Amino acid sequence: MGVELSTTRLEDAAKWAKASMAEKAVNWGRKFSLFSYPFVTACCGMEFMSVAGPKYDLARFGAEFPRFSPRQSDLLMVVGTVTEKQGPAVKRVYDQMAEPKWVIAFGVCASTGGFYQNYSTMPGVDQVIPVDVYIPGCPPRPEQVLDALILLMDRIQSGRGHSQLRDKREQLIAAGNDEG
Amino acid sequence: MSQKVLDALKAIHPGAIEHTESQHGDEIVWVKRDQLLVVATALKTDPQFLFDAPVFCTCIDRLDWQPIGVPLAQRWSEGKPRFEVVYQLRSTTHRHRIRIKIAVPESDPRVPSLAGLWKAFDWQERETFDMYGIRFDGHPDLRRIYMYDEFVGYPLRKDYPKEKRQPLVRRDDLPLNPIKVAREHK
Repeated sequence: MGVELSTTRLEDAAKWAKASMAEKAVNWGRKFSLFSYPFVTACCGMEFMSVAGPKYDLARFGAEFPRFSPRQSDLLMVVGTVTEKQGPAVKRVYDQMAEPKWVIAFGVCASTGGFYQNYSTMPGVDQVIPVDVYIPGCPPRPEQVLDALILLMDRIQSGRGHSQLRDKREQLIAAGNDEG
Repeated sequence: MSQKVLDALKAIHPGAIEHTESQHGDEIVWVKRDQLLVVATALKTDPQFLFDAPVFCTCIDRLDWQPIGVPLAQRWSEGKPRFEVVYQLRSTTHRHRIRIKIAVPESDPRVPSLAGLWKAFDWQERETFDMYGIRFDGHPDLRRIYMYDEFVGYPLRKDYPKEKRQPLVRRDDLPLNPIKVAREHK
């Protein structure tokens, strides 16, 4: 969805409008068809199951289908404590996911390390991968998870996810390099 | 409960036993480090002991605290040791149990391995090595078992800093990436 520079302002405006409308439409599709990859490491997984189950029903919001291959997913749910030893694995899973991709840190352990302050626990998964939405709680209530998902959907719609912003930044840099 | 085990052991290997004690129904025998294999072999094979079930192997770091009431100099000939390596054994035939303790000084943290006698102590001794840095002489495969190979130091020693992290990876897209900075300034 790159914005190209052209000679007349009118053409510019038309192109921009077209591109932005198209991007909005694509983002609308993206936000209602999230394919999540549950990276479940600890007790928060139980709460994740209840959110995914019929009572709270994550499927209402389109994030219905957990894929157990990172290559088929675009939403990484880091559920539970992440250790320093797991760092390379988390990073690799994130790198393998389809672009554009989003990350939710589920629970305090994934967000900040929680009450673990020791040699083995990573102080938040954002030390290794960019996180879009943090959910506090030990474990979080299912309502909080649904709230976070809706927050993420808003962010996807407005193109403010980490990977979306990174793409835009790279496109702008590439456009600048082409001109210069 | 198994005071007779202690008495029999003292009768068989009087020179190998430093000290015996009983706490909360558990019998504890302090064994001299160089005599550990002899005593352990007797505990496993002697028909009056027959300790066939290894329970656990661990270590206690007495860096800044000492057991109450017992003068240390009376217990150990090697001076003031920092570590206590602990083995717990159980016999399924005689239904008695015993705890072996070995005093290990900080300057030379070595203990003969019992993994050859009880196979289950293999991973337990690797854990003790990983967390406390005790070298088990004669162990078949003494590597770290929990921590990664890049980890420096022994995390459960009392002088390991509580806040110290040894990350394997950090983000590349942050302005302050400690690993990247360290790599570039090498």
